[in-house]
Amino acid sequence: MKHKYLKNVATLSYSEGKCVGCGRCAEVCPHGVFYSNGKKACVLDKDSCMECGACAMNCPAGAIEVSAGTGCAIAIIAGWLTGKEPTCDCSSGECC
Amino acid sequence: MIETVSTKLSFQDVLGSMKARFGIGRMDYAVEPGLYAIGKPAGSSPVFVSANYKLTFDTLRKNLAGLDCWLLVLDTKSVNVWCAAGKGTFGTDELVRRIETSELSKYVSHNRLILPQLGATGVSAHEVKLRSGFDVDYGPVRASDIKEYIDMGCEATREMRTVQFSLWDRLVLVPVDLIDAVKHTLPVLGVLLLANQFAAKPFGKADVAVGAGAVFAGTVLTPALLPYIPGSAFSWKGWLLGLSCTAGILGLSGKFAKDDKLLAAGSLLLYPAISSYLAMNFTGASTYTSPSGVDKEIRKALPLIVSASAVGAGLVLGAHMIGKRKVK
Ligand code: SF4
Ligand code: SF4
Repeated sequence: MKHKYLKNVATLSYSEGKCVGCGRCAEVCPHGVFYSNGKKACVLDKDSCMECGACAMNCPAGAIEVSAGTGCAIAIIAGWLTGKEPTCDCSSGECC
Repeated sequence: MIETVSTKLSFQDVLGSMKARFGIGRMDYAVEPGLYAIGKPAGSSPVFVSANYKLTFDTLRKNLAGLDCWLLVLDTKSVNVWCAAGKGTFGTDELVRRIETSELSKYVSHNRLILPQLGATGVSAHEVKLRSGFDVDYGPVRASDIKEYIDMGCEATREMRTVQFSLWDRLVLVPVDLIDAVKHTLPVLGVLLLANQFAAKPFGKADVAVGAGAVFAGTVLTPALLPYIPGSAFSWKGWLLGLSCTAGILGLSGKFAKDDKLLAAGSLLLYPAISSYLAMNFTGASTYTSPSGVDKEIRKALPLIVSASAVGAGLVLGAHMIGKRKVK
Protein backbone atom coordinates (compact mmCIF):
# COMPACT_ATOMS: atom_id res chain seq x y z
CA MET A 1 0.00 0.00 0.00
CA LYS A 2 1.48 3.36 -1.02
CA HIS A 3 1.92 5.89 1.73
CA LYS A 4 0.44 9.31 1.12
CA TYR A 5 1.32 12.44 3.02
CA LEU A 6 -0.06 16.00 2.85
CA LYS A 7 -0.87 17.23 -0.65
CA ASN A 8 0.19 20.48 -2.36
CA VAL A 9 3.03 21.33 0.01
CA ALA A 10 6.18 20.13 -1.76
CA THR A 11 8.50 22.98 -2.77
CA LEU A 12 9.77 21.10 -5.85
CA SER A 13 10.10 23.17 -9.01
CA TYR A 14 11.35 21.96 -12.36
CA SER A 15 12.10 24.02 -15.46
CA GLU A 16 11.84 21.88 -18.56
CA GLY A 17 13.69 24.45 -20.64
CA LYS A 18 16.99 23.75 -18.90
CA CYS A 19 16.66 19.95 -18.86
CA VAL A 20 19.18 18.02 -20.96
CA GLY A 21 17.40 14.69 -20.51
CA CYS A 22 20.19 12.84 -18.72
CA GLY A 23 17.72 10.93 -16.54
CA ARG A 24 19.59 11.41 -13.26
CA CYS A 25 16.52 12.77 -11.47
CA ALA A 26 14.54 9.63 -12.24
CA GLU A 27 17.53 7.51 -11.17
CA VAL A 28 17.94 9.08 -7.74
CA CYS A 29 14.37 9.85 -6.66
CA PRO A 30 13.26 7.36 -3.98
CA HIS A 31 9.58 8.05 -4.66
CA GLY A 32 9.31 7.90 -8.45
CA VAL A 33 8.47 11.58 -8.74
CA PHE A 34 10.38 12.04 -12.02
CA TYR A 35 10.21 10.22 -15.31
CA SER A 36 12.70 10.77 -18.12
CA ASN A 37 12.22 9.63 -21.71
CA GLY A 38 15.85 10.32 -22.62
CA LYS A 39 15.06 13.74 -24.10
CA LYS A 40 13.24 15.53 -21.30
CA ALA A 41 12.20 14.74 -17.78
CA CYS A 42 8.70 15.27 -16.42
CA VAL A 43 7.18 15.39 -12.97
CA LEU A 44 4.83 12.45 -12.51
CA ASP A 45 3.79 12.64 -8.90
CA LYS A 46 4.72 15.85 -7.11
CA ASP A 47 2.73 15.01 -3.98
CA SER A 48 5.01 12.04 -3.28
CA CYS A 49 8.07 14.30 -3.09
CA MET A 50 9.66 14.18 0.37
CA GLU A 51 12.03 17.08 -0.39
CA CYS A 52 15.18 15.02 0.10
CA GLY A 53 17.00 17.13 -2.49
CA ALA A 54 18.66 14.22 -4.33
CA CYS A 55 17.31 15.25 -7.75
CA ALA A 56 18.43 18.88 -7.49
CA MET A 57 21.81 17.78 -6.14
CA ASN A 58 22.40 15.50 -9.13
CA CYS A 59 20.88 17.52 -11.95
CA PRO A 60 23.82 18.69 -14.07
CA ALA A 61 21.70 21.34 -15.77
CA GLY A 62 20.37 23.07 -12.67
CA ALA A 63 16.83 22.44 -13.86
CA ILE A 64 15.47 21.42 -10.46
CA GLU A 65 15.00 23.42 -7.29
CA VAL A 66 13.69 22.11 -4.00
CA SER A 67 14.05 23.38 -0.48
CA ALA A 68 15.50 20.21 1.04
CA GLY A 69 15.57 19.26 4.69
CA THR A 70 14.51 16.73 7.26
CA GLY A 71 10.85 15.79 7.59
CA CYS A 72 11.10 15.09 11.31
CA ALA A 73 8.70 16.77 13.73
CA ILE A 74 11.12 16.81 16.67
CA ALA A 75 13.86 18.37 14.54
CA ILE A 76 11.51 21.03 13.19
CA ILE A 77 10.17 21.93 16.65
CA ALA A 78 13.75 22.05 17.98
CA GLY A 79 14.60 24.28 15.02
CA TRP A 80 11.82 26.70 15.97
CA LEU A 81 12.92 26.79 19.59
CA THR A 82 16.61 27.34 18.90
CA GLY A 83 16.13 29.48 15.79
CA LYS A 84 18.46 27.18 13.86
CA GLU A 85 17.96 25.04 10.77
CA PRO A 86 16.31 21.73 11.69
CA THR A 87 18.86 18.92 11.61
CA CYS A 88 18.57 15.18 11.91
CA ASP A 89 20.52 15.14 15.19
CA CYS A 90 18.38 13.63 17.89
CA SER A 91 19.43 13.68 21.52
CA SER A 92 20.87 10.19 21.13
CA GLY A 93 23.13 11.56 18.40
CA GLU A 94 21.74 9.18 15.84
CA CYS A 95 18.10 8.93 14.97
CA CYS A 96 17.69 6.31 12.34
CA MET B 1 47.56 -4.14 1.94
CA ILE B 2 43.81 -4.34 1.46
CA GLU B 3 41.84 -6.18 4.09
CA THR B 4 39.46 -8.85 2.86
CA VAL B 5 36.15 -8.94 4.67
CA SER B 6 33.93 -11.93 5.15
CA THR B 7 30.41 -11.98 3.76
CA LYS B 8 29.20 -14.08 6.67
CA LEU B 9 27.98 -12.37 9.82
CA SER B 10 29.29 -13.74 13.08
CA PHE B 11 27.24 -14.20 16.23
CA GLN B 12 28.88 -11.03 17.55
CA ASP B 13 27.66 -9.06 14.51
CA VAL B 14 24.11 -10.27 14.93
CA LEU B 15 24.13 -9.55 18.66
CA GLY B 16 25.55 -6.09 17.99
CA SER B 17 22.81 -5.32 15.50
CA MET B 18 20.16 -6.36 18.03
CA LYS B 19 21.69 -4.02 20.57
CA ALA B 20 21.75 -1.19 18.06
CA ARG B 21 18.05 -1.71 17.34
CA PHE B 22 17.27 -1.31 21.01
CA GLY B 23 19.41 1.79 21.36
CA ILE B 24 22.21 0.27 23.46
CA GLY B 25 25.62 1.72 22.69
CA ARG B 26 24.72 2.71 19.15
CA MET B 27 27.21 5.55 19.03
CA ASP B 28 30.43 3.54 19.12
CA TYR B 29 29.37 1.28 16.33
CA ALA B 30 31.85 2.24 13.62
CA VAL B 31 33.90 0.58 10.90
CA GLU B 32 37.34 1.92 9.92
CA PRO B 33 36.89 3.95 6.69
CA GLY B 34 38.91 2.92 3.64
CA LEU B 35 39.09 0.30 0.90
CA TYR B 36 38.16 -3.35 1.52
CA ALA B 37 38.07 -6.43 -0.67
CA ILE B 38 35.24 -8.95 -0.94
CA GLY B 39 36.16 -12.29 -2.48
CA LYS B 40 39.10 -11.98 -4.86
CA PRO B 41 38.56 -8.74 -6.75
CA ALA B 42 40.57 -7.83 -9.86
CA GLY B 43 41.14 -4.50 -11.56
CA SER B 44 37.90 -4.82 -13.47
CA SER B 45 35.75 -5.71 -10.45
CA PRO B 46 32.97 -3.33 -9.41
CA VAL B 47 33.45 -0.84 -6.56
CA PHE B 48 30.69 -0.35 -4.02
CA VAL B 49 30.64 2.71 -1.78
CA SER B 50 29.17 2.58 1.70
CA ALA B 51 28.96 4.27 5.11
CA ASN B 52 31.04 3.30 8.14
CA TYR B 53 27.99 2.51 10.26
CA LYS B 54 28.40 -1.13 11.29
CA LEU B 55 24.80 -2.12 10.51
CA THR B 56 25.04 -0.65 6.99
CA PHE B 57 28.41 -2.30 6.42
CA ASP B 58 27.16 -5.68 7.66
CA THR B 59 24.00 -5.61 5.52
CA LEU B 60 26.03 -4.72 2.47
CA ARG B 61 28.75 -7.37 2.86
CA LYS B 62 26.14 -10.04 3.60
CA ASN B 63 24.43 -9.18 0.30
CA LEU B 64 27.68 -9.21 -1.65
CA ALA B 65 28.33 -12.88 -0.88
CA GLY B 66 29.58 -14.71 -3.95
CA LEU B 67 30.73 -11.55 -5.74
CA ASP B 68 34.33 -10.41 -6.20
CA CYS B 69 34.31 -6.69 -5.62
CA TRP B 70 35.76 -3.69 -3.83
CA LEU B 71 34.15 -1.88 -0.95
CA LEU B 72 34.99 1.78 -0.36
CA VAL B 73 33.86 2.79 3.13
CA LEU B 74 33.37 6.52 3.73
CA ASP B 75 33.76 8.17 7.10
CA THR B 76 30.16 9.08 7.96
CA LYS B 77 30.84 9.27 11.70
CA SER B 78 29.17 5.86 12.03
CA VAL B 79 25.84 7.11 10.75
CA ASN B 80 23.83 5.21 8.12
CA VAL B 81 23.83 6.30 4.46
CA TRP B 82 20.43 8.00 4.45
CA CYS B 83 20.99 10.17 7.52
CA ALA B 84 24.63 10.85 6.67
CA ALA B 85 23.69 11.94 3.15
CA GLY B 86 21.13 14.33 4.64
CA LYS B 87 23.84 15.80 6.86
CA GLY B 88 26.37 15.87 4.03
CA THR B 89 28.88 13.52 5.70
CA PHE B 90 28.08 10.92 3.06
CA GLY B 91 28.87 13.55 0.47
CA THR B 92 30.84 14.69 -2.53
CA ASP B 93 33.78 16.01 -0.49
CA GLU B 94 34.25 12.87 1.59
CA LEU B 95 33.88 10.62 -1.45
CA VAL B 96 36.48 12.53 -3.47
CA ARG B 97 38.85 12.60 -0.48
CA ARG B 98 38.42 8.85 0.18
CA ILE B 99 39.05 7.99 -3.47
CA GLU B 100 42.40 9.75 -3.13
CA THR B 101 43.50 8.55 0.32
CA SER B 102 42.61 4.92 -0.46
CA GLU B 103 44.49 5.19 -3.78
CA LEU B 104 41.56 3.49 -5.44
CA SER B 105 42.83 4.08 -8.98
CA LYS B 106 45.89 1.94 -8.16
CA TYR B 107 43.63 -1.07 -7.61
CA VAL B 108 41.01 -0.68 -10.32
CA SER B 109 41.35 -0.26 -14.04
CA HIS B 110 37.95 1.33 -14.64
CA ASN B 111 36.34 4.51 -13.33
CA ARG B 112 32.89 3.48 -12.16
CA LEU B 113 31.57 3.61 -8.62
CA ILE B 114 28.31 2.12 -7.41
CA LEU B 115 26.74 4.19 -4.66
CA PRO B 116 23.63 3.35 -2.69
CA GLN B 117 20.78 5.36 -4.18
CA LEU B 118 19.88 6.86 -0.82
CA GLY B 119 23.31 8.50 -0.77
CA ALA B 120 22.28 10.73 -3.68
CA THR B 121 20.95 13.33 -1.26
CA GLY B 122 24.52 14.14 -0.26
CA VAL B 123 26.46 13.35 -3.41
CA SER B 124 26.49 15.27 -6.64
CA ALA B 125 27.43 12.78 -9.36
CA HIS B 126 28.58 15.31 -11.95
CA GLU B 127 30.73 17.09 -9.39
CA VAL B 128 32.39 13.81 -8.39
CA LYS B 129 33.14 13.16 -12.04
CA LEU B 130 34.63 16.61 -12.42
CA ARG B 131 36.81 16.38 -9.33
CA SER B 132 37.90 12.73 -9.34
CA GLY B 133 37.25 11.44 -12.82
CA PHE B 134 35.04 8.67 -11.44
CA ASP B 135 31.54 8.04 -12.79
CA VAL B 136 28.84 7.51 -10.20
CA ASP B 137 26.12 4.91 -10.74
CA TYR B 138 23.39 4.79 -8.18
CA GLY B 139 22.57 1.22 -7.24
CA PRO B 140 19.27 0.02 -5.80
CA VAL B 141 17.79 1.39 -2.57
CA ARG B 142 17.97 -2.00 -0.82
CA ALA B 143 21.20 -3.97 -0.53
CA SER B 144 19.22 -7.17 -1.07
CA ASP B 145 18.58 -6.10 -4.70
CA ILE B 146 22.29 -5.68 -5.51
CA LYS B 147 22.76 -9.14 -7.06
CA GLU B 148 19.81 -8.61 -9.36
CA TYR B 149 21.07 -5.14 -10.22
CA ILE B 150 24.47 -6.55 -11.21
CA ASP B 151 22.84 -9.41 -13.16
CA MET B 152 20.76 -6.91 -15.13
CA GLY B 153 23.95 -5.10 -16.16
CA CYS B 154 23.75 -2.39 -13.51
CA GLU B 155 20.17 -1.44 -14.23
CA ALA B 156 17.59 -0.95 -11.51
CA THR B 157 13.87 -1.37 -11.96
CA ARG B 158 11.51 1.35 -10.78
CA GLU B 159 10.59 -0.90 -7.88
CA MET B 160 14.25 -1.23 -6.85
CA ARG B 161 14.53 2.57 -6.95
CA THR B 162 11.57 3.19 -4.68
CA VAL B 163 11.75 3.43 -0.92
CA GLN B 164 9.20 1.15 0.66
CA PHE B 165 8.06 1.63 4.20
CA SER B 166 6.78 -1.85 4.87
CA LEU B 167 5.26 -3.17 8.09
CA TRP B 168 8.62 -4.68 9.00
CA ASP B 169 10.50 -1.43 8.18
CA ARG B 170 8.14 0.37 10.52
CA LEU B 171 8.18 -2.21 13.30
CA VAL B 172 11.98 -2.30 13.68
CA LEU B 173 11.79 1.40 14.52
CA VAL B 174 9.33 0.86 17.35
CA PRO B 175 11.61 -0.34 20.21
CA VAL B 176 13.76 2.79 20.34
CA ASP B 177 10.73 5.11 20.26
CA LEU B 178 8.93 3.02 22.83
CA ILE B 179 11.87 2.95 25.24
CA ASP B 180 12.21 6.70 24.80
CA ALA B 181 8.53 7.27 25.56
CA VAL B 182 8.68 5.04 28.65
CA LYS B 183 11.72 6.95 29.93
CA HIS B 184 9.73 10.16 29.72
CA THR B 185 6.74 8.60 31.44
CA LEU B 186 8.56 7.39 34.54
CA PRO B 187 8.83 10.85 36.20
CA VAL B 188 5.09 11.31 35.63
CA LEU B 189 4.40 8.08 37.53
CA GLY B 190 6.57 9.43 40.37
CA VAL B 191 4.55 12.64 40.52
CA LEU B 192 1.31 10.65 40.58
CA LEU B 193 2.55 8.50 43.48
CA LEU B 194 3.29 11.71 45.36
CA ALA B 195 -0.08 13.21 44.45
CA ASN B 196 -1.77 10.07 45.75
CA GLN B 197 -0.75 11.08 49.27
CA PHE B 198 -3.20 13.96 49.03
CA ALA B 199 -5.71 12.72 46.48
CA ALA B 200 -9.38 12.40 47.27
CA LYS B 201 -9.56 9.53 44.83
CA PRO B 202 -6.06 8.17 44.41
CA PHE B 203 -4.71 7.32 40.95
CA GLY B 204 -4.98 3.61 40.36
CA LYS B 205 -4.60 0.80 37.90
CA ALA B 206 -7.21 2.21 35.51
CA ASP B 207 -5.28 5.48 35.15
CA VAL B 208 -2.04 3.66 34.47
CA ALA B 209 -3.85 1.48 31.94
CA VAL B 210 -5.22 4.44 29.96
CA GLY B 211 -1.81 6.11 30.05
CA ALA B 212 -0.06 2.96 28.84
CA GLY B 213 -2.78 2.60 26.19
CA ALA B 214 -2.07 6.11 24.93
CA VAL B 215 1.67 5.47 24.68
CA PHE B 216 1.03 2.13 22.97
CA ALA B 217 -1.39 3.73 20.48
CA GLY B 218 1.11 6.45 19.59
CA THR B 219 4.35 4.48 19.42
CA VAL B 220 3.31 0.97 18.39
CA LEU B 221 -0.18 0.89 16.88
CA THR B 222 0.14 4.00 14.71
CA PRO B 223 3.43 2.91 13.08
CA ALA B 224 2.12 -0.62 12.60
CA LEU B 225 -1.20 0.38 11.02
CA LEU B 226 0.09 3.56 9.37
CA PRO B 227 -1.17 3.18 5.80
CA TYR B 228 -4.52 1.78 6.92
CA ILE B 229 -5.52 4.60 9.26
CA PRO B 230 -7.67 7.17 7.44
CA GLY B 231 -6.21 10.63 6.81
CA SER B 232 -2.68 11.72 6.01
CA ALA B 233 -1.33 13.70 8.98
CA PHE B 234 0.50 11.52 11.55
CA SER B 235 -0.88 13.53 14.47
CA TRP B 236 -4.40 12.90 13.23
CA LYS B 237 -3.78 9.15 12.82
CA GLY B 238 -2.30 8.98 16.32
CA TRP B 239 -5.17 10.96 17.78
CA LEU B 240 -7.75 8.63 16.21
CA LEU B 241 -6.09 5.51 17.62
CA GLY B 242 -5.45 7.22 20.95
CA LEU B 243 -9.11 8.14 21.20
CA SER B 244 -10.20 4.58 20.43
CA CYS B 245 -7.79 3.11 22.98
CA THR B 246 -8.71 5.61 25.68
CA ALA B 247 -12.45 5.20 25.13
CA GLY B 248 -12.06 1.42 25.06
CA ILE B 249 -10.08 1.21 28.29
CA LEU B 250 -12.29 3.74 30.07
CA GLY B 251 -15.33 1.76 29.01
CA LEU B 252 -13.86 -1.53 30.24
CA SER B 253 -12.87 -0.06 33.59
CA GLY B 254 -16.30 1.47 34.11
CA LYS B 255 -15.00 5.03 34.23
CA PHE B 256 -17.94 6.26 32.16
CA ALA B 257 -20.08 5.66 35.22
CA LYS B 258 -21.90 8.70 36.52
CA ASP B 259 -19.64 10.10 39.20
CA ASP B 260 -16.58 9.88 37.01
CA LYS B 261 -17.77 12.20 34.26
CA LEU B 262 -15.11 14.80 34.93
CA LEU B 263 -12.40 12.17 34.85
CA ALA B 264 -13.75 10.65 31.64
CA ALA B 265 -13.91 14.04 29.90
CA GLY B 266 -10.40 14.93 31.04
CA SER B 267 -9.04 11.56 29.94
CA LEU B 268 -10.61 11.87 26.50
CA LEU B 269 -8.88 15.23 26.05
CA LEU B 270 -5.51 14.33 27.55
CA TYR B 271 -4.63 10.81 26.43
CA PRO B 272 -5.47 11.00 22.70
CA ALA B 273 -3.39 14.23 22.63
CA ILE B 274 -0.42 12.27 24.01
CA SER B 275 -0.85 9.56 21.35
CA SER B 276 -1.13 12.27 18.74
CA TYR B 277 2.15 13.87 19.79
CA LEU B 278 3.99 10.53 19.91
CA ALA B 279 2.65 9.61 16.47
CA MET B 280 3.78 12.96 15.11
CA ASN B 281 7.29 12.13 16.29
CA PHE B 282 7.22 9.12 14.01
CA THR B 283 7.50 11.51 11.04
CA GLY B 284 11.21 11.58 11.94
CA ALA B 285 11.52 7.87 11.26
CA SER B 286 9.24 7.71 8.24
CA THR B 287 10.65 7.65 4.74
CA TYR B 288 8.09 9.76 2.93
CA THR B 289 7.28 12.91 4.92
CA SER B 290 8.50 16.20 3.45
CA PRO B 291 9.75 18.99 5.73
CA SER B 292 7.16 21.37 4.25
CA GLY B 293 4.42 18.87 5.05
CA VAL B 294 5.62 18.21 8.58
CA ASP B 295 5.99 21.95 9.18
CA LYS B 296 2.40 22.49 8.09
CA GLU B 297 1.20 19.58 10.20
CA ILE B 298 2.93 20.83 13.35
CA ARG B 299 1.58 24.35 12.89
CA LYS B 300 -1.94 22.98 12.89
CA ALA B 301 -1.60 20.14 15.37
CA LEU B 302 0.75 21.37 18.08
CA PRO B 303 -1.49 24.18 19.44
CA LEU B 304 -4.39 21.70 19.60
CA ILE B 305 -2.26 19.05 21.29
CA VAL B 306 -0.91 21.47 23.88
CA SER B 307 -4.27 23.00 24.77
CA ALA B 308 -6.10 19.64 24.85
CA SER B 309 -3.41 18.17 27.13
CA ALA B 310 -3.43 21.19 29.44
CA VAL B 311 -7.21 21.24 29.84
CA GLY B 312 -7.36 17.44 29.99
CA ALA B 313 -4.62 17.18 32.60
CA GLY B 314 -6.36 19.88 34.65
CA LEU B 315 -9.65 17.97 34.59
CA VAL B 316 -8.05 14.60 35.38
CA LEU B 317 -6.11 16.07 38.29
CA GLY B 318 -9.18 17.94 39.51
CA ALA B 319 -11.29 14.79 39.40
CA HIS B 320 -8.74 12.99 41.54
CA MET B 321 -7.71 15.70 43.95
CA ILE B 322 -10.93 17.54 44.70
CA GLY B 323 -13.62 16.10 46.92
CA LYS B 324 -13.64 14.49 50.28
CA ARG B 325 -10.79 12.13 50.97
CA LYS B 326 -12.09 8.73 51.86
CA VAL B 327 -10.69 7.57 55.15
CA LYS B 328 -10.18 3.87 55.22
S1 SF4 C 1 13.42 16.03 -3.66
FE1 SF4 C 1 13.73 13.82 -3.39
S2 SF4 C 1 11.66 12.98 -3.31
FE2 SF4 C 1 11.48 15.04 -4.17
S3 SF4 C 1 11.54 14.73 -6.37
FE3 SF4 C 1 13.64 15.17 -5.70
S4 SF4 C 1 14.53 13.17 -5.37
FE4 SF4 C 1 12.33 12.85 -5.44
S1 SF4 D 1 18.59 15.48 -13.89
FE1 SF4 D 1 18.14 17.53 -14.71
S2 SF4 D 1 18.89 17.49 -16.80
FE2 SF4 D 1 18.82 15.36 -16.11
S3 SF4 D 1 16.80 14.65 -16.83
FE3 SF4 D 1 16.52 15.38 -14.73
S4 SF4 D 1 15.92 17.52 -14.95
FE4 SF4 D 1 16.75 16.89 -16.92
